[in-house]
Amino acid sequence: MNPFDVLIVGGGIIGAVTARALSEYDLSLGILEKASDVGTGSTKGNSAIVHAGFDPVTGTLKARLNRIGNETLEPLCRALHVPFRRNGSLVVAFTPQDRLELERLLDRGRQNGIPKLALLDADALHALEPALAPNAVAALHAPTGGIFGPYELTVACAEVAVANGARLLTDCRVVGIRPDPAGEPAPDGARFTVTARTHARDGSLVEETYRARFVLDAAGVFADDVAALAGDARLSIRPRKGEYLLLDKRQGTLVSHTVFQAPGPMGKGVLVSPTVDGNLLIGPTAVDQDDKEDTATTAEGLAYVLAQARRSVPALDTSAVLTSFAGLRAVSSGHDFVLEESPVVKGLVLAAGIESPGLVSSPAIADRLVAVLADAGLPLVRRADVRMDRDEPVRFRELDDAARARLIARDPCYGHVLCRCERVTEGEVVDAIRRPAGARDLDAVKRRTRAGMGRCQSGFCLPRVLEVLSRELAAEEETLTKKGPGSSLVDGRIR
Amino acid sequence: MSAAVHERFVDVAVIGGGPAGLSAATNARRAGAARVLVVERDVRVGGILPQCIHAGFGLHEFGTDLTGPEYADRWTAAAAEAGVEVLLDTMVLSLGPDPDGGGLLLSAVGPSTGVLHLHAAAVVLAMGCRERTRGALNIPGDRPAGIYTAGTAQRLTNLEGLMPGRRIVILGSGDIGLIMARRLTLEGAQVIAVLEVLPYAGGLTRNVVQCLDDFGIPLRLSTTVVRIQGREHLEGVVTARVDADRRPIPGTELEIPCDTLLLSVGLIPENELSRDAGIPLDPATGGAVVDETLETALPGVFACGNALHVHDLVDYVSEEAAAAGKSAALHARAVSDAASGALRADPASAPAAAPVASSAPVRLASGPGVRTVVPQHLRRAAAAGLPLVDEVKVRFRIAAVFGACTLRLTAVSADGTRAVLATARRRRAVPGEMEDLGLKGPALAAARAAASIEVSVEGDAHG
Repeated sequence: MNPFDVLIVGGGIIGAVTARALSEYDLSLGILEKASDVGTGSTKGNSAIVHAGFDPVTGTLKARLNRIGNETLEPLCRALHVPFRRNGSLVVAFTPQDRLELERLLDRGRQNGIPKLALLDADALHALEPALAPNAVAALHAPTGGIFGPYELTVACAEVAVANGARLLTDCRVVGIRPDPAGEPAPDGARFTVTARTHARDGSLVEETYRARFVLDAAGVFADDVAALAGDARLSIRPRKGEYLLLDKRQGTLVSHTVFQAPGPMGKGVLVSPTVDGNLLIGPTAVDQDDKEDTATTAEGLAYVLAQARRSVPALDTSAVLTSFAGLRAVSSGHDFVLEESPVVKGLVLAAGIESPGLVSSPAIADRLVAVLADAGLPLVRRADVRMDRDEPVRFRELDDAARARLIARDPCYGHVLCRCERVTEGEVVDAIRRPAGARDLDAVKRRTRAGMGRCQSGFCLPRVLEVLSRELAAEEETLTKKGPGSSLVDGRIR
Repeated sequence: MSAAVHERFVDVAVIGGGPAGLSAATNARRAGAARVLVVERDVRVGGILPQCIHAGFGLHEFGTDLTGPEYADRWTAAAAEAGVEVLLDTMVLSLGPDPDGGGLLLSAVGPSTGVLHLHAAAVVLAMGCRERTRGALNIPGDRPAGIYTAGTAQRLTNLEGLMPGRRIVILGSGDIGLIMARRLTLEGAQVIAVLEVLPYAGGLTRNVVQCLDDFGIPLRLSTTVVRIQGREHLEGVVTARVDADRRPIPGTELEIPCDTLLLSVGLIPENELSRDAGIPLDPATGGAVVDETLETALPGVFACGNALHVHDLVDYVSEEAAAAGKSAALHARAVSDAASGALRADPASAPAAAPVASSAPVRLASGPGVRTVVPQHLRRAAAAGLPLVDEVKVRFRIAAVFGACTLRLTAVSADGTRAVLATARRRRAVPGEMEDLGLKGPALAAARAAASIEVSVEGDAHG
């Protein structure tokens, strides 16, 4: 097989946004993703915030790329029909000590070049957000703050990259990266042999090898391990768990801004934010751990989040919880993004330590990675035959009746509402499966369409989505999974 | 199919073709409504009944023991015979007053229906209920495959022919969970235990006996799941005993390996449509606030079945829905009479299409020992075209297990004077079984004259 010009390890937001950016050039691209879908690691377990950029230490990559990303993320989301809303953010102070903290943040924000920052007094604050606790005394208002859909962006970028010819290889966990001796390109032009473990049809594990000229390490919390496989053992990534609760849409308008708490000796506080889908999100905790795949929620963590969120918004209805989840931040020992060619292994490009504000910075990070690859010798020749946007996915729930009637006349599948809570139609599920980088399991359908994200949490639509997956993938229902190998939904047929 | 929005006009539109909807529609026809249309989102009527392949249905309604599908078949036949029209595979997306007239307007979609604007003189809400989920309980841990609500597992098993799992723990002793414990045992699965956070079973006593005791399945009361384990697929749950406030007691944790967790932890009336239409809901029942005709606060909209409040027996759903269907038919006739001018001669009648009661209604309130009451209001006087009903059944759920006790309806007058309207004695009463008391004749007249009515239970509560 011909070698890949760039083999990206990790199909999270960084891998996907960078793959899309690279797909504009005449390159052969591969993405190796250990899970059954893109965007299932840190990309899906976070606050989904478009940070304004007042928080990162001035002069760091985080500070610079956050500021740039805050501007470029919006047009990218628009072009890809990914939900994005600039709802503004507030950092709320409850004590005189907190107030000093706001002034420090304001100062840093100005140094970071963040526009329109302002301190609000209690009256202005409560006029803006009436549900805030009466003892909130001041807030830092950042109108450029926002919210968006991180895994929707990841799916959209993977879709564009695949449509432009990139190969997305899911269920491929990289277990070996062997640079060729002396780092000199082999006759096929490649420098690396990459070994990945995947499941064969019968469920057994098999190893596949790929050749690549450049390896881009975008492996999130595993970025240090992947670099070490290639021979660069300098990195250290420690996962930090954040637990969240997602509340019913009835609570989604309790606040309109993203409400942070002033950071203090007790940590960074808990945020209360609407989501782009109209729910209310509260969290996270921040607990360092060793296990890079433990995303279990805990009784203590959830209780802490609820208590802290009610400190900001006392009227929060804790009985409106839809679900809880946790994600891992990839905290690097250097506390800044690492975006460079490895000084140890030529051709290995690192995208490591991408913790907050990594999501908002992702378009800027991708641009920088493309530049790093070019500096490292990757030839970038623009293609004329590529498309960098995508057709807008149908969102039935947002259409008016006249548009619905036209759509159903064109394809009756759009008249069949599969998910009653989020009003997702069969047509949307079929489309999510058939698109490039399409859904192959229940959770992948959920992330693309919202089927199963509502009040009944898939109780109603699960059998119906299974039926569509089975038909579209020509697979027996008993072979279908929630999220890839090992997560089968049923245990065979009845007799 | 044309790309236009279709328009239709009916007298009574019934949302949902489950047992409540079929009975409401049939009885609306029997009460004289000309055009009665049931809008059902599934490809068949019957609601949840087709997947309830066990027996125990119809003992009250038909005097015989039927399975769920058989019970649904009887009502489907009755609806057809009564001249009810059914629109399948069509989901109602919105409901509200008709801007083009005094009635109501529904918007619905379906693959062959397209987009339908349905104009109706009266509407019956019969959407049923949904199951409470893991999220509502906030159980911490991993988020693997293998966790289902009991009703979803029942559908997979009985309609799709798929086996949810082999080693099963059931959290919650609601009726569907109890039925599924037996069903999956019969299919060869091992049901390790049924856990119940309360100190008593949630479902019917007969189901505890027939589904658990007869199969040797342990019921662990005052016990819950405190952690889910397994990253891809469920591998086990950690259980714990709970104290009187339902808080887990440290040190009582027990790890149970299993591949499936079924949740049977309560049903929630499905009222997104009602809520969006601005219809006030009762926080205790989760259903609409209604009067004795089962009319909601939105004139011409009636509610029944599990969308109104969660029932334990389908027979009582059919009975209640019959009353809603009859009320809807009377309302539709009053609307058309008003429109045709038949009532114009009567100066007392309101000119509006929708008749309203003449004064503030009598409120029925939960008194000691009672959790929910339906209806929440009684009319004081007849409205234009709508005579007062001569018999009212007050349905309610008690809050705890009682030994020998007395159920009571008490009229409370404006000066605080109390007068008992109706009583019934029970040797034992449980929250899992709905109670009712009837009012008619002088008692009903006294009720309509009261300031409010208290529903209470008096006796020995066992926690």
